[in-house]
Amino acid sequence: MLAPDSVGRTFAGADSITISQSEIDAFAAVIGEVNTDIAPPTFTIRISLDQFQNILTKPEINLDWSRLVHGDQKFEILSPVKAGDSLSCSATIESYRVAAGNEIVSVRSDLHRGAELVISSWSTLVVRA
Amino acid sequence: MISVGTVLPSKIIYLDRAMLKAYADASGDQNPIHQNEEFALSVGLPNVIAHGMLTMALVGKYVTDWSGGTDTVKEFGARFIKPVIVPAGEKVDLTINGTVAEVTGDQIKIDLVATSAGIKVLGMAKAVVIKK
Repeated sequence: MLAPDSVGRTFAGADSITISQSEIDAFAAVIGEVNTDIAPPTFTIRISLDQFQNILTKPEINLDWSRLVHGDQKFEILSPVKAGDSLSCSATIESYRVAAGNEIVSVRSDLHRGAELVISSWSTLVVRA
Repeated sequence: MISVGTVLPSKIIYLDRAMLKAYADASGDQNPIHQNEEFALSVGLPNVIAHGMLTMALVGKYVTDWSGGTDTVKEFGARFIKPVIVPAGEKVDLTINGTVAEVTGDQIKIDLVATSAGIKVLGMAKAVVIKK
């Protein structure tokens, strides 16, 4: 059960994360993308999901990550990501509800390059009963 | 000429366990439901399932192949309504279709349909692109 006072909280990521060409290449290779100058549109999920896990499994929030499935996902891409970008990530818990015993959490991730917002994404995560 | 109702070419991609392992390594999502059959069964799944985000990444590739590059996508969203089930030693299909739903200035919204073994796996799948 998610701690009730955590809804609406925004968490800053630890440090900025620098994107490497090899990370983009590995992601692109799985989906058969050969042009890796720009990361594929869903590439930054690896940063966002990692931060969601760090936040939502903190003792004071205490979501059970082991029973988690991904309900939906949306990206808004203002500026595509490429190798060498240094990105900071903040995450916000936007809503939480329980339906038929499943816990449903909506979280938003905002990735910035310096002061510039480059990608916002929204994830609905479901902890199955 | 692209207008509302323009149909994108259909595409079939085949997924197997090796692709799931590669995606796990590339994305950092090492949840065992995507690799370990015994674990997947123990949590009530029918078999190992693909990462929803792998399915979405493959549909993203379908979109960017049409729109002309990985930098063309402005918005991209989907619901994961059914899993793509990937039994050991098999290749399972991901069949993708797209239709232009709106054209606003240079922005094109595409409605996307993705099925596996005849079952729709994504809901409300849409992308907004600026085509090159």
